[in-house]
Amino acid sequence: MSTQRSGRAAITGIGVVAPNGQRTDAYWKSVREGLSVLDRITREGCGHMPLQVAGEVQGFDPSALIEDRFLVQTDRFSHFAMAAAALALDDAGLGGGAPAEPFSVGVVTAAGSGGGEFGQRELQKLWGQGSKFVGPYQSIAWFYAASTGQISIRGGFKGPCGVVASDEAGGLDSLAHAARAVRRGTGTMLAGAAEAPLAPYSMVCQLGYPELSTVAEPDRAYRPFTSSACGFVPAEGGALLVVEDERKAVERGVPVRATLAGHAATFTSAARWADSREGLARAIRGALDEAGCAPEDIDVVFADAMGVPEADRAEAQAIGDALGGHGRRVPVTAPKTGIGRAYCAAPVLDTVAAVLAMEHGQVPPTPNVFDVCHDLDLVTERARPAELRTALVLSRGLMGSNAALVVRRGGESAR
Amino acid sequence: MTRRVAVTGVGVVAPGGIGATAFWDLLSAGRTATRGITLFDPAGLRSRIAAECDFDPFEHGLDAELCQHADRYIQFAVVAAREAVRDSGIDTAAEDPWRTAVSLGSAVGGTTRLEHDYVLVSEHGRRWDVDHEKADPKLHLAFSPSTLASTVAEQFGAKGPVQTVSTGCTSGLDAVGYAFHTIAEGRADVCIAGASDSPISPITMACFDAIKATSPNNDDPEHASRPFDAHRDGFVMGEGAAVLVLEEYEHARARGAEIYCELSGYATYGNAYHMTGLTSEGLEMARAIDTTLEQAGIDPTRIDYVNAHGSGTRQNDRHETAAVKRSLGAHAYDTPMSSIKSMVGHSLGAIGAIEVVACVLAMKHQVVPPTANYETPDPECDLDYVPRTARPRKLEHVLSVGSGFGGFQSAVLLSGPGGRTP
Repeated sequence: MSTQRSGRAAITGIGVVAPNGQRTDAYWKSVREGLSVLDRITREGCGHMPLQVAGEVQGFDPSALIEDRFLVQTDRFSHFAMAAAALALDDAGLGGGAPAEPFSVGVVTAAGSGGGEFGQRELQKLWGQGSKFVGPYQSIAWFYAASTGQISIRGGFKGPCGVVASDEAGGLDSLAHAARAVRRGTGTMLAGAAEAPLAPYSMVCQLGYPELSTVAEPDRAYRPFTSSACGFVPAEGGALLVVEDERKAVERGVPVRATLAGHAATFTSAARWADSREGLARAIRGALDEAGCAPEDIDVVFADAMGVPEADRAEAQAIGDALGGHGRRVPVTAPKTGIGRAYCAAPVLDTVAAVLAMEHGQVPPTPNVFDVCHDLDLVTERARPAELRTALVLSRGLMGSNAALVVRRGGESAR
Repeated sequence: MTRRVAVTGVGVVAPGGIGATAFWDLLSAGRTATRGITLFDPAGLRSRIAAECDFDPFEHGLDAELCQHADRYIQFAVVAAREAVRDSGIDTAAEDPWRTAVSLGSAVGGTTRLEHDYVLVSEHGRRWDVDHEKADPKLHLAFSPSTLASTVAEQFGAKGPVQTVSTGCTSGLDAVGYAFHTIAEGRADVCIAGASDSPISPITMACFDAIKATSPNNDDPEHASRPFDAHRDGFVMGEGAAVLVLEEYEHARARGAEIYCELSGYATYGNAYHMTGLTSEGLEMARAIDTTLEQAGIDPTRIDYVNAHGSGTRQNDRHETAAVKRSLGAHAYDTPMSSIKSMVGHSLGAIGAIEVVACVLAMKHQVVPPTANYETPDPECDLDYVPRTARPRKLEHVLSVGSGFGGFQSAVLLSGPGGRTP
């Protein structure tokens, strides 16, 4: 604790397990090219449901990164999270065993669907065979806290550990939570989200969301900001970030990839999309305030892109309300139309895309979307080169949360 | 920015009595609310006992929509939140909605409803490719954990940061702690904070059976929850909710609110040891206690009462005793430390908030609630556990601690109004 702190939360490591790429470079390649991996769901037991299209993580082998003793006691959502955490730690140069100061590293994840596949298996044993057939790991695999707990144990991280069990916007809340922990004095936080909502019973549970797309053609199922918007497509996977005090990163000699500069969250009730206009605009203003940014400083917006006409309109209006005339000129993108919405993990994956977009000087496109019917400069078809210093990431949740995050390119805020 | 945080209202739905008055009556009398499970047929389970709430949503004025469609744990939370808001005297309609936040915890959320519908769609566990047509069209509300905070926020028109916290058995303490940060750091002026769980269902009971965490003392349920006693044999499942109204201190004073006490510190750490296991040293919980004391600028010798996690498992009670001794030193032996889980069971994510409310009421009445059923000392647990009978005591600074699956170790510090002035 002897080192001075900057009070700025730097992103120094990124780990991604996404439907369109299971490493950061593979994810960026797909995002930049505007590749859509949305497809018919192939998971066993799901074929007969009205929900036909999703973003699946295909061919994922967690044992390449995580020891079997952890894998047997965890659900697929924790496999994603643990793998993403391992990749992020490696990326940050922190992959070499337990930290010297265990209380200086904490973990916070967001979770919106829990260990559904594991839970369904155990429910099947209980109701099909009897209570004595329920295994010892059900108590630690199904609940929302599983990923944070296992990442903490595997890494030897004893710092502040937390879980926000949220709708989509919770993914940004987890990053803000980490940034605040860093500002309060914790040296390093692992933060983000991973979800695995594509087990049969988990899918049944999602069918009631009125915003869910039931269109069966993969390239037509998720088209936000167009006149053919018909809801959203769910996805699995996620991302974790290593967030640490900027000065600590500089002292360690690792690159500061970006800083988490500002965040704000509001609530405007489930399915009240018109009301989300004011809620999201206030979140944007709050995030800009915290970051000390003017609207004109925003070089790119990663949209929530719900894919519901009323919600898309509210988002376009919110961007205009909060950014003024700049809101019509700033490039806006939604790479998630190529992979679907992985609930809490969706805005974390967007944050990763924002960091990579700033590093590469390119705004990635919005796959499957043409003929934008709102007053936005939505980037479609191909990536657009641009000098990007500051990005705004937006997220709204199905239960009514709105959140905005301002991310600055590494080195920008230190000057 | 660090602002002071006041507690101005409390509400409780607990086994043995709904409402703060009934809850305090139970605790101060040392009565237990543990019994044989009635919510479902527990035949075949190892542990067939629980602390259940006798709760009728209609009786508590919930509308038809909430009565018919909301999960039990959400009904609990709404009833507790309404009581807390009423108790605080705050007019939520007159508050700035964008400065009003909600922070609620739950360990297992809608699992009871999810299990109920699972049985229908899977034809009693026969099908993996479940039949979606048999499912409740509102099942997504049980699936989404944020339904809890969202539903309560809608009740009071809150539009500030609204979050659901799920850190297993410390969810309640952490939800209160997140609310503390939200107000102290200036993101809201008022926060409706607490937790709720209704986990008494076959899958939850069976999963704790599988690891022998719950008490098998089915023949004597009233005396089955025995924290710190040498004959303790596991926790007794519970259910319930508790909600507090937290306010920025000057905000509370400006509207002339009656301030119960101040929330003066909060910290949480991971033990990075085992998902369900605890060390015998209690190092991480001690660290959480030390941090809360540092935040408040309070010397350990000024702690007047420790509300223990005290689940009644062999490892927990030993772990916690070690942690408190590590933090309070010799003063630990002079500090009463009791577990209300002896009376109201262990309601997983809810209990942390229920225990914070117990501390608020203990300070109000200047009485330490007892550890019911404590008869036989355990050499490994050698502190003053306030056996069976409540004890009057001057309470200025009170700690509530918790520990949960996943390794979470949390502590909340409450200080009497003006108690932080040296």
